[in-house]
Amino acid sequence: MAFALTPEREQQVDDILTRYPERRAALLPVLWLCQRQNGWISPEVVKYVAERLELSTAIIQGVVTFYTMFFDEPVGENVVWVCRTLSCDLRGGKSIQEHLEKKLGCTAGHTSSDGKFTLLKAECLAACGQAPMVQINDYYYENLNVEQLDRIIDAHATKGGDAAATEFSTFASFAAPRGSGAGPVTSAPPPPSKEAVRLASQPPPAGDGKGEES
Amino acid sequence: MSGPIKPLLTSRYGIEEGWKLANAERAGAYEVARQALTSRKPAELREEVKKANIRGRGGAGFPAGVKWGFLNRQEGEEIYLVINADESEPGTFKDRSIMDLDPHRLIEGAIISCFAIDAHTTYIYVRGELAFSVQRLERAIAEAREAGYLGERPFGIDHAIDVHVHSGAGAYICGEETALLNSLEGRRGEPRLKPPFPAVKGAFGMPTIVNNVETVASVPDIVQMGGEAWSALGQLPGDGGVRLYGVSGHVKNPGLFEAPVGITMRELIDDYAGGMLGDRPLKAVIPGGSSTPVLDPRRKVDAPLEEHPLHKWHGQSEIDVPMGVDTYRALGTMLGTCCAIVMDDTVNMVEASRNLMRFYKHESCGQCTPCREGTGWLVDVLDNLCSGRGKPEDVDLLVNISNNMMGNTICAFADGTAMPMLGMVQKFREEFMDAAMNGVPDGVRHDDSTRSIVEGGA
Repeated sequence: MAFALTPEREQQVDDILTRYPERRAALLPVLWLCQRQNGWISPEVVKYVAERLELSTAIIQGVVTFYTMFFDEPVGENVVWVCRTLSCDLRGGKSIQEHLEKKLGCTAGHTSSDGKFTLLKAECLAACGQAPMVQINDYYYENLNVEQLDRIIDAHATKGGDAAATEFSTFASFAAPRGSGAGPVTSAPPPPSKEAVRLASQPPPAGDGKGEES
Repeated sequence: MSGPIKPLLTSRYGIEEGWKLANAERAGAYEVARQALTSRKPAELREEVKKANIRGRGGAGFPAGVKWGFLNRQEGEEIYLVINADESEPGTFKDRSIMDLDPHRLIEGAIISCFAIDAHTTYIYVRGELAFSVQRLERAIAEAREAGYLGERPFGIDHAIDVHVHSGAGAYICGEETALLNSLEGRRGEPRLKPPFPAVKGAFGMPTIVNNVETVASVPDIVQMGGEAWSALGQLPGDGGVRLYGVSGHVKNPGLFEAPVGITMRELIDDYAGGMLGDRPLKAVIPGGSSTPVLDPRRKVDAPLEEHPLHKWHGQSEIDVPMGVDTYRALGTMLGTCCAIVMDDTVNMVEASRNLMRFYKHESCGQCTPCREGTGWLVDVLDNLCSGRGKPEDVDLLVNISNNMMGNTICAFADGTAMPMLGMVQKFREEFMDAAMNGVPDGVRHDDSTRSIVEGGA
């Protein structure tokens, strides 16, 4: 079945093309749009992008396989990346992975039998001061312990990724300033309200994105 | 510790919803850009940045003002500013805070920088994982455009400036500036052979300045205070200003702190990060991201000669040397991104090395043989050592492989793998020899100090 972007996303591609002096530079942003809609970069997606950007499918395949975040096979509804690089491992990254494997019933690199979660090991996700942490879909969940992790996974399973992100996800945030003015940055949940304006790279709300392939 | 400082880079972090234009503007955002674009000359601004002695905050520590000076536009060429927000070096988590909490500072820095180097377009290359930061930046850019600070006539002057966010897709190597440019152009993120350097032939074949997020975010303060005054905030010659320090690992209060250039690692751990977790002894600290060779607090600075740059600290612990680009280079390590990974005495350094070398094996782009094969070999040898299948010669094999990687590749990735590997073996050789004889005991984990916190009652 041929792949096509939604008209709204087609509009975004036109906008993206204006940002660069060369058409090819739109490749990563356009692949992102496709993956957000389709869930993964299927051969049909590659073909579509090749035509849209006037590139060979070999070039696109080469790019897709270079970057870890482009999936060249289908993944679960939620993709859980557990950081296992040193800073996280010093604070319990291994325990987090072990707990996830037990809870989801699959080892890292695989998808749970209900298709809801794909568990993947990640290399450093740049949240070392808030270790241990995981990334689920587009969001970070930091300063984890297993109880908090259970709540986060359960929320994804029952309420969906977007609602879970609103409730539990974290962004870099500022704690009480020190006397010296140098303050520690810890993590805080993002604000619940989401603005109405949609941007090209903005993750789609729950329910959008998957299964729209025509 | 150093005296109190007025927060600069983090001054708007505490403001409620400080990422929104109205809130940031109430706290002074865009005042410097307005003043700079309407009443200063680009050459003056470049001079301020040069006088500021700001060493690039992305890890290499190259003076940003000097880098700007390499631009030499030929007729018909357009200059690009590219901001490197591909923060991926293990241990490093500072740039994300600027993008999440004060994106307008970065945009203001980009506006002033564009004006100063005569660029019209900025691309901010953000690592793909930071989708939330990308949203924050894109909203902030939309607000700045709406307000007339970006676009055809920013602040009413005749110098169009626009900023675009370009999202990566998961590749550490894209933090290397020429790999980043390839990725920006829609290619695989493989580093380019240099020269030509980006300042001569960069994005889309045009002269390009690639600066780190924190470097660009410091520009408004530099212009406002004047380069010399900003430089004087730092405590070391030729290495000016304030910067973000990160601490992760076995400390009571891991996180990010703003402080002048030149505090010591001991101050950073004890005074800023609250000291060691559980008051356990400090065993080792990786000072500025995983590519910087480890520091061992037991080791003393050996600089008996007066002309040695570290003579002042002769006989003191390595962690009592002020943290600066040049001081740390003299110490045989690098300041890197200034984000430290702290390890207590429960950590086995062979295991820690194995963890980091797995990272490099995973992230090597594969273009150059010494790096692609060398990173894999290092992991294989370390796997053998850890599992008890090692031999004493394996320790020298680690050194041998590392030496054959250094300097034999297109980019600095192989050096960034080999240097910390060599540092580990040099400083903790007895532990590697022990592993070669006995393996690493089953069940040795990095997180022994923290497991009870993570696993709770479970």
